[in-house]
Amino acid sequence: MSDEPEHGAGTEPVRILAPDGSPVGDADVGLSPEELRDLLRWMVLARRLDRECIALQRQGELTVYPGFEGQEAAQVGSAFALGQLDFVWPTFRELAVALVRGVDAVQYLQYHRGTWHGGPYDPRATRFGPICIPIATQLPHAAGYALGQRLDGTDAVTIAYFGDGSTSEGDFHEAANLAGVWRLPMVLFCQNNGWAISLPSSEQTAGEIWRRAEGYGFPGVRVDGNDVLAVHRATQRALERARRGDGPTLIEAMTYRIGAHSTADDPSRYRDDAEVERARAADPIARFRSWLLGAGHADDGFVTACEEQAEAFALEVRAGVIATPAPPAEWMFDWVYADPPSSFERQRDEALR
Amino acid sequence: MREWTMSGALNRALYDALADDPRVLVFGEDVGRSGGVFRVTDGLQAEYGEGRVFDTPISEAGIAGAAVGLCFAGWRPVVEMQFDAFSYPAMEQVVDHVAKMRMRVRGRVDMSITLRIPAFGGIKGKEHHGESPETYYAHTAGLKVVAPSSALDAYRLLRQAIADPDPVIVLEPKARYWSKESGELASDGPKIGDARVLREGENVTFVAYGAMVARVLDAAAILADEAITARVVDLRSLSPLDDAVLERSARETGRVVVVHEAPRSVGLGAEVAARIMELAFDHLQAPVARVTGWDTPYPPASLEQLYLPSVERICDAARKVVAY
Repeated sequence: MSDEPEHGAGTEPVRILAPDGSPVGDADVGLSPEELRDLLRWMVLARRLDRECIALQRQGELTVYPGFEGQEAAQVGSAFALGQLDFVWPTFRELAVALVRGVDAVQYLQYHRGTWHGGPYDPRATRFGPICIPIATQLPHAAGYALGQRLDGTDAVTIAYFGDGSTSEGDFHEAANLAGVWRLPMVLFCQNNGWAISLPSSEQTAGEIWRRAEGYGFPGVRVDGNDVLAVHRATQRALERARRGDGPTLIEAMTYRIGAHSTADDPSRYRDDAEVERARAADPIARFRSWLLGAGHADDGFVTACEEQAEAFALEVRAGVIATPAPPAEWMFDWVYADPPSSFERQRDEALR
Repeated sequence: MREWTMSGALNRALYDALADDPRVLVFGEDVGRSGGVFRVTDGLQAEYGEGRVFDTPISEAGIAGAAVGLCFAGWRPVVEMQFDAFSYPAMEQVVDHVAKMRMRVRGRVDMSITLRIPAFGGIKGKEHHGESPETYYAHTAGLKVVAPSSALDAYRLLRQAIADPDPVIVLEPKARYWSKESGELASDGPKIGDARVLREGENVTFVAYGAMVARVLDAAAILADEAITARVVDLRSLSPLDDAVLERSARETGRVVVVHEAPRSVGLGAEVAARIMELAFDHLQAPVARVTGWDTPYPPASLEQLYLPSVERICDAARKVVAY
């Protein structure tokens, strides 16, 4: 296995499994059969929870919810490669990453229930940063965190997630540039899901996102984001490289947002159903399941068990979400300042009287 | 007793903060090898090394955003934005994250960030080098905003800002960087949130901050010859404001003139006037007056003295409220 990330030829992303699940590359990515089964388990779990969240929103139990169906391989494959001390800076669409990191789903969903902003979970304990809505603004945070980790002499790596739309923002450029100049132990993980709300990635940027890395002085790699093995291997290599002190890597995982941008969005206004159907044919879960079964790493019984487990999990999370009350009114004031001014405390008293 | 320039006192504050707390980092554009365009970081990199005092690319949003990430990693960033208007590219990071992050994570991570910004006008600067951005920051919940007027107080405020668990914007008056003050540097004394009464008086209160404090003191000296005694309040802390000193001064003098360089409309003077009305309405003997920059962009160097509140305008405003 080469130390350097693989580069796709032209626009062709690096791939281990073809869309039908047949191997087209070395499928040995260093995972045990049990770990390989875990990949499927997480993807099935994540998809089932994602669908439950959309139902919860329709039923008025969540506010606007951004689904990620179709992106399970990109999220699970990358998150599964992370070490315990590595730190994730997510956008608002990384629920599957959060699950793999061990973030409590009910706590995470307080964000979408509208009972708290940012990180209802403990970002330092989970090593999963606050949910971030302003596009690309989490990337400079990741750069700063990576710098802080290096100054402390740890070998922990920081991974920042972002979408194709983020790469048009100044913060993407500023963070990538800092990562390059300072050779930060950092992975810039782009999920190119084809769409930024209504704008196709072809109108977002005229070039290829992975190629931008060269301009920042570090390697870029384009992988098939619906191929969980390819994503995992690319992430693993980028992490190893960063851990060695060789600096950042930009990974562009080519995937597709099967659903709407969020539950408030109607994609029929801007894209064809035919395109979505073609994307469904490249489904990341079906692809990996087919390979896993064919390679003899799992059987139908395991697949059924995964689905049953996911069903039970979704119902458990549903119950937890519905049971989450509105926060006490004083929480609006409690953490604005560590050392609150007296005029602020007087306002608090006025509001809570 | 040693004499300090404000630039020198600020430099010493950074030097001492770096010595006292190994988690303090100083970074920004040209702060390392060059020592900063106003020399405030001069010699710090040589003393503390490139790991703690370092140059950044020209990247204000990246700098402010990196400070947020560094707080998560347990560091205490002290960041320089090279000039007032150059802090605007970082505005999204400051408003969306620096100010809100502590609440977003339920207090699990403090945003102990000090954002130093050479601010205000009066140095014949190029355009975009004379802005008064205090209202943007003072209007943002979660931030504290201070503006020193003298060398010794600049030392105190910067030390307190760095030690503060909350993000503090330090607006350093460029026009006063080379002003001198004699005395011992100390970080104790008035806190962030406290105003200082620099001169006692009975007929009118001047409320000012930053470079305008010196002009207000000049005005008070002139008015004394006319038998008008003016109290001078140096706000120092623009957010939070010192309600107690404002209230007491308004009650005792009955007349207040607020002076700032920023444009008048929706400026800090409006907030000071509103607070005084809320706290001391029955004691006022004249409407609160504002002497400010005009509602124009900061003008070219040759016109800046027409824009800035002059000693004459300040005196006239005081005479009017006294005669009201």
